[in-house]
Amino acid sequence: MTVAKEYMEYPMRRYGMDQDFYEWSILFNRKKVQWPNGARVALWITTDLEFFPLDQPAKPFKAPGGMVTSYPDLRHFTTRDYGNRVGIQRIWRVLDKHRIKSSVAMNSMVAERYPYLVNAINARGDEIIAMGVDQGKLHYGGMDDALELAQVTESLTTLRKLSGQPIKGWMSPAKSESWNTLKYVKNAGIEYVCDWVADDMPFELTAPDGAGKLWAMPHSSEISDRKIIIDNKHSEDEFVEQIQDQFTGLYKESEKHGGRILSLSLTPYIMGLHYRIKYLDIALRWLMKQPHVWVANGTQILDAFKKQ
Amino acid sequence: MKPDLNLYDYWPYENRPKITWPGGARVAFWVAPNIEFYEINPPINPKRTPWPRPHPDVNLYSNRDYGNRVGHWRMMEVMDKYDVRGSISLSVALLDHHPEIIKACADRNWEFFSHGIYNTRYSYDMDEAQERAIMEDSINSVKKATGQRIAGWLAPALTHTERTMDLLAEYEFLYTCDLFQDDQPQPVKVNKGRLISMPYSLEINDIIVYNSYLATPRRYGQMIKDQFDQLYEEGKDSGTVMCIPLHAYAVGHPHRMAAFEEALDYITTKPGVWVATAREIAEYYYKNCYDTCAADIAARKGA
Repeated sequence: MTVAKEYMEYPMRRYGMDQDFYEWSILFNRKKVQWPNGARVALWITTDLEFFPLDQPAKPFKAPGGMVTSYPDLRHFTTRDYGNRVGIQRIWRVLDKHRIKSSVAMNSMVAERYPYLVNAINARGDEIIAMGVDQGKLHYGGMDDALELAQVTESLTTLRKLSGQPIKGWMSPAKSESWNTLKYVKNAGIEYVCDWVADDMPFELTAPDGAGKLWAMPHSSEISDRKIIIDNKHSEDEFVEQIQDQFTGLYKESEKHGGRILSLSLTPYIMGLHYRIKYLDIALRWLMKQPHVWVANGTQILDAFKKQ
Repeated sequence: MKPDLNLYDYWPYENRPKITWPGGARVAFWVAPNIEFYEINPPINPKRTPWPRPHPDVNLYSNRDYGNRVGHWRMMEVMDKYDVRGSISLSVALLDHHPEIIKACADRNWEFFSHGIYNTRYSYDMDEAQERAIMEDSINSVKKATGQRIAGWLAPALTHTERTMDLLAEYEFLYTCDLFQDDQPQPVKVNKGRLISMPYSLEINDIIVYNSYLATPRRYGQMIKDQFDQLYEEGKDSGTVMCIPLHAYAVGHPHRMAAFEEALDYITTKPGVWVATAREIAEYYYKNCYDTCAADIAARKGA
């Protein structure tokens, strides 16, 4: 037995990272960040509005939350759609109660299918983050270049046209990118993406082929209802407890190291369920009673960060 | 393939020679931060795919990198607070990628041992020369960067060949963390020289607890304390070893730090606990326990 010669070679064994998308940097060596009005923790809530097509392709993989049974999987299709009809309204009622503005990551297909939601987001003053076309149209290494460019263009053109918002943020469906995603979204005017979770603070990304710089925002895959309640199967109480522990840890750290970001990711068909929604209320009530909290959307946080 | 590599003899956990750790301690306690580098576009091993999604799997790649940029520094601060020196399971290429982490650990007199070159390169199907190459690379690279001659091995991503243990003994490694048959060290049967198995853990390991058992942070803290209590009790009869393996990309998130800190506080404030590195435990074992234990194993085998 032997493995191929290239398996024993390490062409990218060098100082820093093994890719050119971003530079190696230690969080605790950077200069302190000051948030507006002396705030120590920026609270960034992002809610996903997704469309899972019944004929979702299985390759190269299915986005989390995708169809499970043989076609037609009405069970999962309608369960997900529940979020866009009922769950999101419950989440918005709780956010309104605590006067919280948020970011909404949205497939362009959701905007086309449900213009009501776009109008409601605009009326609330929330920011839309483009989340591709739908959860069946992934971005992934090895995909056709022209197809990817078409997906980016369709998503951004549709969302900008229907919402009138400039749309500066991007989250790839399933947070999956190809080698070229950053290039295509940067060329289309995107300033930040939510797919890279290497940090607790924004960090600069370099899009390939000289397309220029953009930012990775620390959209959380950890402090999310999907990760904690669905993947980890923790109870709603335990979700609240981990949000509180996250805040406490970040708040403590901010004293010495400067402003931090508490990123809370919500999914309407998960957190917007009848028996769960009150726990979002409990968590937000607690968070909003904490000192030095600044509620902001992705663009506002990034703008404040860039001014430093 | 064989049904058993016959790496150690059966040795019931009863009436063993009494191990007493330095200072009369009942538990030798060590912490093993895995400081790893996962490549964004590694070559493919015939037996295992490094990433679940097509390359670049940017979400999982950046999740792993979080440990080096962010989590490591939180974990190290808590270990400093309780005077716990880490025994580092090192992706050796990290010496090149992130020398700042290496310096911070070397300045604290932490121990380095090898966890392969990258955690995205697996030993499966390597021929002898290839496996020797990663061992020699590990020995030489760590020596050059830190002055330490590595004494321990945890195979990259726990991938082995039939000859791994023999090669480790030949290169005069003191211990392997790859065997999970016991809560005490034990001689490993190798062709030439000596090698012992050092209790590591695939139970109280943050990755197993968080990603396989899907535990909450507080439950993880409780599991650590419960494991310690049991080994502390049994350590009255013969000294036990407790290791907490960590990965900064898992334990180093803000919402997980408090439970870990509480568990470290619980263990390090108990009397009769020897807070050590794996090398210190291995050296003590060779000097004071190896021969007695080897004789006991041999005697029981004959019985």
